Amino acid sequence: MANVIRDDIIEYVGILAKLELSQEEKETAKEDMGRMLDYIDKLNELDTDGVEPMSHVFSMNNVFRDDVVSNGDDRENILKNAPKQKDGAFKVPRTVD
Amino acid sequence: MGRQYETVIGLEVHVELATKTKIFCGCSTEFGGAPNTHTCPVCTGMPGSLPVLNRQVVEYAMAVGLAANCQINQYCKFDRKNYFYPDNPQNYQISQLYLPICHDGWIEIDTPSGPKKIGIHEIHMEEDAGKLIHDEWEDCSLVDYNRSGVPLIEIVSEPDMRNADEVMAYLEKLRMMIQYLGASDCKLQEGSMRADVNLSVRKAGALELGTRTEMKNLNSFKAIARAIEGERKRQIERIEDGKKVIQETRRWDDNKENSYPMRSKEDAQDYRYFPDPDLMPVVISREWIEEIRSRQPEMQPEKIRRYQEEFKIPEYDARILTSSKHMAWLFEEAAAACGKPKEVSNWLMVEAMRLLKEHDQAPEDLCFSPVNLAGLINLVDRGMINRTVAKTVFEEIFAHDTDPEIYVEEKGLKIVNDQGALEKAAEEVIRANPQSVKDYLGGKEKAIGFLVGQTMRAMKGKGDPGMVNKIVKELLTKQER
Repeated sequence: MANVIRDDIIEYVGILAKLELSQEEKETAKEDMGRMLDYIDKLNELDTDGVEPMSHVFSMNNVFRDDVVSNGDDRENILKNAPKQKDGAFKVPRTVD
Repeated sequence: MGRQYETVIGLEVHVELATKTKIFCGCSTEFGGAPNTHTCPVCTGMPGSLPVLNRQVVEYAMAVGLAANCQINQYCKFDRKNYFYPDNPQNYQISQLYLPICHDGWIEIDTPSGPKKIGIHEIHMEEDAGKLIHDEWEDCSLVDYNRSGVPLIEIVSEPDMRNADEVMAYLEKLRMMIQYLGASDCKLQEGSMRADVNLSVRKAGALELGTRTEMKNLNSFKAIARAIEGERKRQIERIEDGKKVIQETRRWDDNKENSYPMRSKEDAQDYRYFPDPDLMPVVISREWIEEIRSRQPEMQPEKIRRYQEEFKIPEYDARILTSSKHMAWLFEEAAAACGKPKEVSNWLMVEAMRLLKEHDQAPEDLCFSPVNLAGLINLVDRGMINRTVAKTVFEEIFAHDTDPEIYVEEKGLKIVNDQGALEKAAEEVIRANPQSVKDYLGGKEKAIGFLVGQTMRAMKGKGDPGMVNKIVKELLTKQER
């Protein structure tokens, strides 16, 4: 494996992804990520000079909607997805600003 | 000590666009609905939902860009900005990083040393986040996604401003321009316009920029001015103490007049932007740009010129009348209705401005119909009411948008030009004030003013002032003989 993921990197990626990993899971994740990067590195074997970066595989563009209200009050259904709710709102652990 | 330092300021201004629906779904953008009543699977980030771009958002963004002398990116696309926070249900915000819709423009502001161009780095389209309400009883937070997905444009300036006055002038100009375009109402207090201030200081004459901080939570022009002064001082003090300014986001507390670091190390600002695969690129043709350009309304500079030429209004007055789109509209409509633009201008410039100041309101808050102002001007012109009464009627129009004809009729405010009634009132006043009469006859011309005033008062202000003057003078002359 050409790419070796350091401990501090896996720690940082864990923070970004809001994941708490056990030591064992960290080791597995390090190996997985290393292999993924090795795989992606294959692209470096190709000469991409003068190739425009591509963001979409479809040759489609300008998909618009008109500015017309089409949705009504669907709060009851939307809140069915809330693990907890209060006063018509999603209830979450207190956030500190 | 502060004088040896130069302050360098750049602004990131978020503006909520005046569309009827959200940027990527057909939910209403109306402000103030009960929590989560304007939501759907798209703006609450449900898996499998697909965003579709609101065409009007692109057109508003282009309109603002063109007004700010920007280049339009004819190929632009959306990117995902990844971060976790409960107000952001997708765990990413759809924004534009790599190819924003507008770039490289400028806005001209007035400064004491003449006009100055403030560069616009870019304008991009993005979605607003939901609102968090902190529940003290249960020590939890409640999330309302009504604002989630409301369209925003973020206008990023170059670091071209040097003090709070320039920042105010820039914000005023931007706000006026966007209001003229109808792209937003730009109310700071209601959050439809928000400004983040990037500020650094450097030794006067230095070329390199100092380390900047970003300040958030600024919801009034006054707060912005205070935050700039506070942060400038804080940075200079640190440097003078031999410490370094740390690049960070700070939250301004306007009550304590101090700023505090906002983010902890746990929230690394690493947004891992990448193109949003759900949204197709936007290709903007030359024709589309020209169409938007041709639809741009008349802006302030053109209006000022036209008012001078068409209505013979002095430049200074024209500038004030056009400083708000709403007041310009009131002026134009009222002028058209009564055909006396100078009179309309006078009422707005003097009485309306005075009352606005008294009530601590802005020109946008003028809530009377131009027809009623025109009606008042006609009443004065036809000699139906005198100027003193007209002022009272204007206050009534200002406060309650009253129809002046009906009001004058109901309150019996019509001018009294009945010779007999006026003479009777004047005679009584003269009888009751022998000293003033004596003064006048003794050569104190000014004493007549008092007698005229008292007569007007006796007539409850409704007397025809010209007639009252004449009658009092005549009666006094009689006394002389």
